[in-house]
Amino acid sequence: MSDLPKSEEILKDVEHAPPKKGWMNIPVDIRKGMYCYAANPKSLNALGFPNVHEWNPKDEDWNLPENWQEILHKGFKERLDRFRSVKVFMDICVRCGACADKCHYFIGTGDPKNMPVLRAELLRSVYRNDFTLAGKLLGKIAGARKMDEDVLKEWWYYLFQCSECRRCSVFCPYGIDTAEITIFGRELLNLLGLNIDWIATPVANCYRTGNHLGIQPHAFKDMLDFFVEDIEDITGINVEPQFNKKGADILFITPSGDVFADPGTYTCMGYMMLFKYLKDKYGLDVTWSTYASEGGNFGFFTSHETMKRLNSKMYAEAKRLGVKWILGGECGHMWRVINQYMDTMNGPADFLEEPVNPITGTRFENAKSTKMVHISEFTADLIKHGKLDLDPSRNDDLKVTFHDSCNPARGMGMFDEPRYVIRSVCNQFYDMPRNTIRENTFCCGSGSGLNAGEDMELRMTGGLPRANAVKFVHEKHGVNMLACVCAIDRAAFPDLMSYWVPEVDVTGLTELVANALILPGEKQRETNLRGEPLPGMEE
Amino acid sequence: MNEKYLFSLMSVVLLFLLAYAGVEVAGLQVLFGVIIPYMALIVFLAGFAYRVIQWAQTPVPYKIPTTGGQQKSLPWIQHAAIDCPDTKAQVVGRMAMEVLLFRSLFRNLVFKKEGDKLAYRMELFLWLGAIVFHYAFLVVTIRHLRFFAEPVPFFVTGLEKVDSFLQLGLPVVYMSGIALLAGVLYLAIRRIYVGHTRYISLASDFFPLFLILAIAVTGIMMRYFTKVDIPTVKELTMGLVTFRPAVPEGIGTLFFVHLFLVSVLLAYFPFSKLMHMGGVFFSPTRNMTCNTRAERHVNPWNYPVPVHTYEEYEDDFREHMIEAGLPVEKKE
Repeated sequence: MSDLPKSEEILKDVEHAPPKKGWMNIPVDIRKGMYCYAANPKSLNALGFPNVHEWNPKDEDWNLPENWQEILHKGFKERLDRFRSVKVFMDICVRCGACADKCHYFIGTGDPKNMPVLRAELLRSVYRNDFTLAGKLLGKIAGARKMDEDVLKEWWYYLFQCSECRRCSVFCPYGIDTAEITIFGRELLNLLGLNIDWIATPVANCYRTGNHLGIQPHAFKDMLDFFVEDIEDITGINVEPQFNKKGADILFITPSGDVFADPGTYTCMGYMMLFKYLKDKYGLDVTWSTYASEGGNFGFFTSHETMKRLNSKMYAEAKRLGVKWILGGECGHMWRVINQYMDTMNGPADFLEEPVNPITGTRFENAKSTKMVHISEFTADLIKHGKLDLDPSRNDDLKVTFHDSCNPARGMGMFDEPRYVIRSVCNQFYDMPRNTIRENTFCCGSGSGLNAGEDMELRMTGGLPRANAVKFVHEKHGVNMLACVCAIDRAAFPDLMSYWVPEVDVTGLTELVANALILPGEKQRETNLRGEPLPGMEE
Repeated sequence: MNEKYLFSLMSVVLLFLLAYAGVEVAGLQVLFGVIIPYMALIVFLAGFAYRVIQWAQTPVPYKIPTTGGQQKSLPWIQHAAIDCPDTKAQVVGRMAMEVLLFRSLFRNLVFKKEGDKLAYRMELFLWLGAIVFHYAFLVVTIRHLRFFAEPVPFFVTGLEKVDSFLQLGLPVVYMSGIALLAGVLYLAIRRIYVGHTRYISLASDFFPLFLILAIAVTGIMMRYFTKVDIPTVKELTMGLVTFRPAVPEGIGTLFFVHLFLVSVLLAYFPFSKLMHMGGVFFSPTRNMTCNTRAERHVNPWNYPVPVHTYEEYEDDFREHMIEAGLPVEKKE
């Protein structure tokens, strides 16, 4: 982070006035701190991707295959014929500019090519040249341009400066969704072996070991066993999670990031405590899986096919174990995949039952085909029916705000369930300004596989709008805790907060729940899950 | 100066002069009054249909609505039926809001840096400009049906009454004409003077604006200033719709210019961004139900993909799994 400019400077210096020169005449400048390293060929080969090769974004020559233009053109055409979204979105933009200032990367960097409309125009210009009569006849004046290496580099640079958050699509009068453009564009880049390592290696890991971090089954169990010890120290209860258990009621799947790094680990401990509670009180039998040990899906940031390949494990494992339905943990893009793709790609899940909460009798009608329920929906239902013994005062040292993660917000519409849960387990909750939450929410700046170390400036600038809104409630209400339902958030926000609002810490929702949850037979707790003294327990 | 809007402006001026000279100098009334309008209409209808059919034939592999409000989930949680529609009827509601009221444009929040704070404020001028422009255009178009039907349909005369209720001037002023002119001027000026919008604009964004501006201006000129002979014009237009085309004497050149520019607009329409008129109905982020977990969507080209099966996984890690006490399918 040593090269990173100071936060005050970034905020002061960011300029949004467009340059004098037209955007087609400004060559791309692949700038350190703003891009991620090229994919390790080993990782791409592990999944059999085409045209794998060594290359470096900073090099003049990207070692492209000889017929790369032909590959791209063919790939473009195929997808125009397969995706109505791509075709319609190429055709109907009127460049009204409503999306221009909706992108967090534009707000944070001022780079005009981060305006959603221009990000799409990078591709549309080539579309006009290759596929439309006007573009062929009139060329540049019709907004068309030929694909060449500079254009390709521009595509690569800016398609990996979009986090597929869909904020622009809320404001577009035609619903043009830049996420869709980016997904499509990255799919094309993958035809040429131009992925980034922060995506390709987790994908390769996930394919083999079942999770992005490459945690092997025995290590996965070990890691959860560590949490068992920690929880026992704090509560006196052995929560003993179950793994790969056939005939369990519910299969639970969450991002492996929560197993691996703070503060996600506390959320993971929270899940374990919740399931222990439900088992002791109501006999609910929940199992974890080491095979389907990843909720997230970096395949989603690679191609539709890769998304499907990784996602297949969820249903396969549920079927093998013979569970009734699947419960999903807190993760953003994971829920976009589950909510909008999984059933279509790998369903129908006719071997599962329509999800019913056996404790409350609630039928999760909204998940009756996909048969996967979000932990916030599940917890909200339990709390509403008074099935959890809660002591919210244990969270009284926290003034909490909630970040709507992009995908659960704009790819699912889950807004009130998590808020209900927070209000039930915390006494002090303050929402950020309305224009920065719910469907207007801002990305953490690190979504869609961009949460690497080498692109820290991109992440900190892209996260500015979110951080600025957190700062607002921090100054106004003394908010000191940012809650979220996304593992990438939990990995990215600690950096973002320490850069912009160091007084605010980050938590998952279920950590808050577990802190308030009174386990049957627990000892008097002195600390929260982080080992910090509970309010009133300070020395 | 910006070559994009100059190019578009010059194109419209040239088109204007072309029609003017063609009629005034070369006497090509039949070409500009009959042949070109017919051809333009054919291009419009065929082109529009072609584009729409192309979209309609392209599959929608995934259900990807943008959820703009609370999903339908637990019964005690208030569902946002319009912004996150769960049923087809609710989708119709969402689409109606989008198409008739420009719902998404109404959401517009403009970003501004204010010291060390970032502010996002409601901004309705673009929405207002767009609403005024589109509805004025619609009213003007409907009013023009008076030239293509005899007797004039009741809704046309009704609309004319409403449109002229101010009872100003002679001939009485239609508000829609003024509104159309104001709307198109606003949109054009915005495109030229608002930095970002100018920066993202292409020649093809200016061209239709200037063209429509020229159409509106020639129309207004004829009605209020050169006072075109309306019965004679109607003779020509009725000839066109009844397929007995004839060009009567005594119609001013300006009328042929007006008709020519409209013809250009029609012929240009299917090949341009103006197709957003049809495309808005095909946007998968708006026209689909958000009940994606409740109802399975089928991808017509879904194909099997290579996966790493549980058996392969267990083969990779069996020893470790047994050692760690994890259940396995095969013991060796």
